[in-house]
Amino acid sequence: MERIKNIRTKVELQEHGLENVHSTDFPGTYEGFDDAWDHNKFKKNFRIDVVRLAGDELEFDMVGIDAAIANAFRRILLSEVPTMAIEKVFIYNNTSIIQDEVLAHRLGLIPIKADPRMFEYRQEGETGLEGRETDTLEFQLKVRCTKNVNTKEATDPDELYRDHKATKRRKPVKHHAALPNSVRAIIIGPSGSVTTKHLKWIPIGNQSQIFKEGDIRPVHDDILIAKLRPGQEIDIKMHCVKGIGKDHAKFSPVATASYRLLPEITLTHQIEGELAKKLQRCFSPGVIEVDNINGKEYARVAHARRDTCSREVFRHDDLKDYVQLHKIRDHFIFSVESTGVLPPEVLVSEAIKVLKGKCRAFLHELKEVADM
Amino acid sequence: MTSAPVTKNLELISTGSDEDETCRTFIFRNEDHTLGNALRYIIMKNPDVQFCGYSVPHPSENKINFRIQTFGVPATEVLKKGLKDLNKVCDHVLQTFESSMRDYRSSNSLGAAMDTSDQG
Repeated sequence: MERIKNIRTKVELQEHGLENVHSTDFPGTYEGFDDAWDHNKFKKNFRIDVVRLAGDELEFDMVGIDAAIANAFRRILLSEVPTMAIEKVFIYNNTSIIQDEVLAHRLGLIPIKADPRMFEYRQEGETGLEGRETDTLEFQLKVRCTKNVNTKEATDPDELYRDHKATKRRKPVKHHAALPNSVRAIIIGPSGSVTTKHLKWIPIGNQSQIFKEGDIRPVHDDILIAKLRPGQEIDIKMHCVKGIGKDHAKFSPVATASYRLLPEITLTHQIEGELAKKLQRCFSPGVIEVDNINGKEYARVAHARRDTCSREVFRHDDLKDYVQLHKIRDHFIFSVESTGVLPPEVLVSEAIKVLKGKCRAFLHELKEVADM
Repeated sequence: MTSAPVTKNLELISTGSDEDETCRTFIFRNEDHTLGNALRYIIMKNPDVQFCGYSVPHPSENKINFRIQTFGVPATEVLKKGLKDLNKVCDHVLQTFESSMRDYRSSNSLGAAMDTSDQG
């Protein structure tokens, strides 16, 4: 019975492979187990513990759910939670050394801080090249590089004019605000770095009433877009639209979204002395502690969670029969890192809503089919 | 081929002459393993189901074939139950996540407040 329980709930790590990898808890698989879906049973066992929320990073434990559903949330985070990204670039002038198409691609990858929930998907062909206030954000980049007449015999602009370098100057938002809405070009200093802080948001329609100046902007102000030399110029307009990562990776709202299963380490024998030290070295730092009791050293599993599951211990003949390694099949340690477009906890909520939306859409269509 | 019911993203493959309602293949358009595997799991949890599986027929075609065979109930009913169950799971996960997030925030701001009072 204990063995069957282990097969059902744990993945076993062995020297040369994994055992019991797949979920087998379906009706009819095991005698004496009721595996039919029971929502109340699920509610009783399911829990989420938030471990850490720091800036754009979130770590939480999702316990009591099958990999099929946890994996759906992970996959949706990567490719189906919408964000805004630059999709169309209108190039009026580009005399920099970076080619038009490469420049357009670089611009597309810039994370844009704008709440995608406030926008609709742009319907192609409906309004032509003109975007509407409900589905498009417009940005402008108009920069020109000029010679600095105060230089002496400089050969390396980066070295001699470090303080003038566009990336190093702070308070970029004020810099934006000071510029009038007209088409005056920003003059780039001698080092010629064009960065995301030079992107200027141009409100369409009533957008200026809905959003404040700081609401719509690139997430980071110091992403290098191009480098210019005196006389070179970039003059472009960009349209930013709503999209999903499935269509293009630039729309993906996460830097990473992944999970791992909670490791479980069992010492089947007492391990003492030098062997205890050796056991400690087989695992990640902090996993195994060695206690000194009455002058004798004993190994103890302190934090199995910190283990990377390297299975190093199975390479040592004097240790491998004393240790069992497992992973808990329904304990997911999620790690979500946002690109900064939305906070990570909002992304997870949105991902769950996307899966809900899929269920609802197909329930609706199933009803339609039945009515036919 | 007989005309099978089709909506925007869902299609029922006709079972042929004898119209056996317990076996059906559905085509889900614009879906992949994300919905396919989650739905397969929850439908397999249904004791009325004899078989449930899905396939992605071609990687560059954006659809999945979803097969359900039951011990007697109509396959469409099983699919409906599966979708409803999955929807309820999402509801509960969302609710739990948001309350856990609130708990984390309040316990953390409490901790931060205690830290400052310690310093004061």
